[in-house]
Amino acid sequence: MAETTHTEISPDTTLEGEVTAIGDLDGKARIGAPSGTGERPAAIDGFTEEGESLPGGDDGTGQLGFKKHSHGNAPVVPEASRGERRRSFDLADFPTLTGLEEDWRFTPLKRLRGLHTDALSGTAPGIEVGGAGNVTVETVGRGDARLGSAATPEDRVSAAAWNAFTEATVITIPKETVADGEVMVKVTGSTSEAAAQHILIHAEAFSKAVVVLDHSGSVTLAQNVEIIVGDGAQLTVVSVQEWDDDAVHVSSQQAKVGRDARYKHVVVSLGGDLVRLTPSSIFTATGAEVEMYGLYFADAGQHLEQRLLVDHAVPNCKSRVTYKGALQGVDAHTVWVGDVLIRKAAEGTDTYETNRNLILTDGARSDSVPNLEIETGLIEGAGHASATGRFDDEHLFYLMARGIPEKAARRLVVRGFLTEVIQQIKVPALEERLSESVERELAAGNL
Amino acid sequence: MTTLAIKDLYVSIDTEQGNVPILKGVTLTINTGETHAIMGPNGSGKSTLASTIAGHPRYKVDSGSITLDGEDVLSMSVDERARAGLFLAMQYPVEVPGVTMTNFLRTAKTALDGEAPSLRHWTKDVKTAMAQLRIDADFAQRNVNEGFSGGEKKRVEILQLELFRPKFAILDETDSGLDVDALKVVSEGVNREHSKGEMGTLLITHYTRILRYIKPDFVHVFVAGRIAEEGGPELADRLEEEGYDRFTAQSAVEA
Repeated sequence: MAETTHTEISPDTTLEGEVTAIGDLDGKARIGAPSGTGERPAAIDGFTEEGESLPGGDDGTGQLGFKKHSHGNAPVVPEASRGERRRSFDLADFPTLTGLEEDWRFTPLKRLRGLHTDALSGTAPGIEVGGAGNVTVETVGRGDARLGSAATPEDRVSAAAWNAFTEATVITIPKETVADGEVMVKVTGSTSEAAAQHILIHAEAFSKAVVVLDHSGSVTLAQNVEIIVGDGAQLTVVSVQEWDDDAVHVSSQQAKVGRDARYKHVVVSLGGDLVRLTPSSIFTATGAEVEMYGLYFADAGQHLEQRLLVDHAVPNCKSRVTYKGALQGVDAHTVWVGDVLIRKAAEGTDTYETNRNLILTDGARSDSVPNLEIETGLIEGAGHASATGRFDDEHLFYLMARGIPEKAARRLVVRGFLTEVIQQIKVPALEERLSESVERELAAGNL
Repeated sequence: MTTLAIKDLYVSIDTEQGNVPILKGVTLTINTGETHAIMGPNGSGKSTLASTIAGHPRYKVDSGSITLDGEDVLSMSVDERARAGLFLAMQYPVEVPGVTMTNFLRTAKTALDGEAPSLRHWTKDVKTAMAQLRIDADFAQRNVNEGFSGGEKKRVEILQLELFRPKFAILDETDSGLDVDALKVVSEGVNREHSKGEMGTLLITHYTRILRYIKPDFVHVFVAGRIAEEGGPELADRLEEEGYDRFTAQSAVEA
């Protein structure tokens, strides 16, 4: 895996590899220096400037640096490839979480409020689906054969949710149908008991629709959203998290993308105490294109995490990932991990993923980890970029020295930064609402 | 005519080693239509003067005054100073994430004028000014200064000068880091604006070469935080031949 071999903390610099940027905690102004002055790369345990330092005594038969795989009490063994990550409907296949697991290492488990340990027996948040008359909406029992056809849990919370839900919502856009409006799925929570929810969205062949999952209220929710994008279908799924301040939401949103299909997935995470989304796009046939966008705005104390997977398993597909985040306030924490896997068979793949973060105040932390794994050289293109910049006194001075008042200057920067993602939604009423939400976030931070 | 008057200005900065005085009694008056060059060795306080006029929070004014037609500049915030007609072309223009040049220029122009510029004229003005400064049209869609070379950043500063039309332009070592061609382009931009007769210019420079393109009416030599010598353009010629040694040696003796 093209996992990182070194880290730099350097504002305004485009980096490849893992980036952690932390706003100055000591409050020292960085004034007078031109931006982009590189600080010394921070050390990572086990890594030197030459790369990973390998433990001695390797007998050459195992994978470099890793202990041999064994069951039982073995230390955590990272998967050799993202494609090998365990997938199972059986909760027992996922060991109890310790927080040291690669895919949980940034998540504060204590704040999951039992989603990873408890029976998810609480009342699931209410679901109301409206907006398009020619789309089928069903509530089905867990025995329905369609459930689980598009997605298999990839982590413990997702598996727990699979095992706990009692009924599921199935939204079907029939074959060759263009939805006669945006499908608005209002998910409203009213209790903080740990609960599970299951949603299946099936865009049948050559259909066309926009589905908005609009999350609000108060929850402790483990959610699986499975998405099937049929051959030649065009589907946009927007997942908006405008939860109440105390909400905890862990959501797996896996899509299987058919031949020549167009799939767009947009994440907007603004509200909630802890929101952890794992959207994935798995190509199942050639000629498909996927765009995945994300916007997150973390305030003091909020943890907003997104872990993506784009699985290029078949030839001649294209993917673009663009996630942008803003952070303000002490202990605002965002995590973005973007895994792109180009399997041996996926010749002709064209992929690029980008993550940009903007740290507005001291005390916030942003982690960004783009991973690109390439098993064939016969591709069109593959790249990734990550940059984390700090909006500091020098930026403010520059804009104010051009006559722009302080508040307007800050808003100018944040609005400009986040608008790119909002514009991808293409639902004017929702775009407007989310722009206003971003304005409120800014106002709340006294910016 | 407008007058920018600096009187007996003392400025210091706070460092980890304590408070360090930088300007030690600077007096200078600039009128509309005049070009003043401030020259001096590194560390003499030239850039401090520029940043203090613009209101950079790092610099602390201990005493003295700066007035614009009698109005107290020091009591104004940074943006108020800009709206009052002061413009600082910065030595190190910062990169501003998330804001395109187009958006930035229009927002600033609107803030400076108190009303949005007429879209049709504005777009044309921006295009023309960019072409004159040989800035690629695609820069308009890029984020402010992001990924621009040193020379490109300086040209973009002068672009703003021409579009914002300040009463006083303070050019803080705009010439440093420019090759000859870029220096000419930038100087032409300043001269174009200056020739309209509605601007006073304070040109801060370490080198004399920019004075071949922008002709000063007055030259002030800065040494150790104060003006050591003043004169007309001939003083610049003399500096070009003799360098700053004469002043720095003298200042060392005084110290």
